[in-house]
This record gives sequence, structure tokens and C-alpha cells, in this order.
Amino acid sequence: MKQSEFTNLVMPFKDKLFRLAKRLLVSTEEAEDATQEVLLKLWSKNNKMDNYNNVEAFAMTMTKNFCLDRLKSKQASNLKLVHSNYGDDNNSLQKKIEAKDSVNWVEKIMDELPEQQKMVLQLRDVEQYTFEEIEKLLDMKPTAIRVALSRARKTVREKLTQKHNYGIK
Amino acid sequence: MELNNIEELLEKYFDATTTVAEEETLRTYFSQESVATHLEQYRSMFTYFSTAKEERFTKKLPLKPRYNYNKWISVAAVAVIAFGLYFGNTYHEQKLAEQKEAEYAYNETKKALDLLAQNFSKGTQKVAYLNEFEATKQKIYNHK
Repeated sequence: MKQSEFTNLVMPFKDKLFRLAKRLLVSTEEAEDATQEVLLKLWSKNNKMDNYNNVEAFAMTMTKNFCLDRLKSKQASNLKLVHSNYGDDNNSLQKKIEAKDSVNWVEKIMDELPEQQKMVLQLRDVEQYTFEEIEKLLDMKPTAIRVALSRARKTVREKLTQKHNYGIK
Repeated sequence: MELNNIEELLEKYFDATTTVAEEETLRTYFSQESVATHLEQYRSMFTYFSTAKEERFTKKLPLKPRYNYNKWISVAAVAVIAFGLYFGNTYHEQKLAEQKEAEYAYNETKKALDLLAQNFSKGTQKVAYLNEFEATKQKIYNHK
């Protein structure tokens, strides 16, 4: 496979890989590195690529595993992911106004979810994967996916209502 | 879109029993300008999902055409060693031949110089007779 063919093949789903990586790793830089790493790994396997019937699903699984490994290694070495793309909302008036934007809240709420729920919510509600696809990607039972998804959605709703009512009730 | 329908869908949505198409309906409903007030709280959720999908991977991929350099490195190493052995050997032989030649030249020169020295010493012997002449001359002068 030539470089241009590979780029064309990867083009439609590279953003999905990046978004999944960012969902898990939070930091944009870390997510970029992870996506790059995964794509390069894929490139190094490119003569075996014809054997995979679904390259996108394969790449998504690779990304998932890579990010989870990364998180594990960071936790083991007691290092926190360094990222600058989320702000301290007490910092300035500007930041306070931004934090009021409840769309941003959703992102922060999602960052606090357990990893599995994060992934399910990301794959389903952001990328609109079907349950069958998620089953294969995450290697989960259909019922487990539904439970995780329902929990994730309810948590987001609950926390959002809490934030909306903050200072009112 | 009927409000009842949306409410129903929302309920199903939180139980995670909606289909992808039904969720799409919800997303389009919440992307509208006006949403029923009691549903306003869900709006940010669906708006966020739509915006989150906009994020792009912009980093460049350093894809290089893959060559198996390792294989060629060993070939190059063998070539260099063979080259070195071959030319190193001829150089060594050349050095030896030169040494021999130099030794031969040294010996020849030594011989020639020896010959010269012999002839010189012959000459000195002959000159010794001159001393005899000198002595005789002195005797004659003293006699006077």
C-alpha cells in the first residue's frame, strides 16, 4: 500500500481516533501523540492491512487500548497527565463567564465519568456507533453497554441539573 | 415534532434503549432555536455532542516510505570488510616488497662504499712512501 492510499484510507476516521483519545486522556497534546502513535503503528502494519475486514474498528480498538495503557502507566508512576486545555474557573472573570456556558460543563462532567462510561458515551452519542460496533470495539456484552450508557447519560443529566440549580435551590 | 414524542424519546434515551435514528431526532430537535422550556436543561447535552464531533486531528503524520534498512546495513558492512581485507592485503604485500628493495639497495650501497674505502686505503699506503721521501730530504738538509 502506498502512502497516499494509506492517507486516504485513514482520513475518514482519524478524527474519531483523536476524539476518543482526547476523551480518555483529556489533554489535547496527549491525544494528538496517541493518535499519531496509533496511526504510525497502523502504517507499519500496512502490508497486513488487507487481512483486517474493518480497519476503522481495528484502529479504534488500538486507540482504546493504547490510551488505557497510557493511563495505567501514568497512574502507576504516580504522574498526572499534564494538560492546559481546561481552566480553573476561579481564575478570572473571563473564565467564570466561560464556565457558565453549560456546553463546557458537559465536557467537564464527561471527564469525571469512569473510563468505560466515557468510552461508551463517546462512541454512541458523539460518534453514533451502533451497539454491535461498540460491542466489538470495547469487547463488552450488549447488556453491559446499555447499563453503562444509561448510567453515563443519567449522570450527565443529574450533574447538569445540579449545576443549573446551583445557587437557586 | 410533537412534544410528547420527544419526551418519550428522552425517557428511552436515558434508559439507553433508543436507536441511532431516534437519537438523531433528539439531536435535531435540540439544535433548533426554540425548545420547550422544561426541556431546555437537556439542550446543552445534545449541543455538546454535536460540537464534540467537530474536533479535528490536525497534527501531521510523519509517514516515511518503509525500507528495510537493516538488511542493507549488513550487506554494506560485508562489502566494506571485504574491500578492506582485499586492499589491506595488497597494501601489506606492497609494504613488504618495498622493504626488501630498500634492504637490497642498502646492501648494494654498502658494498660500493666498502670498495671505495678499500681503494682509498690503498691510496694512503702509497702516500706513505712520500713520508720516506720527506725523511730523506731532512737528512740531506741536516747534513749540510
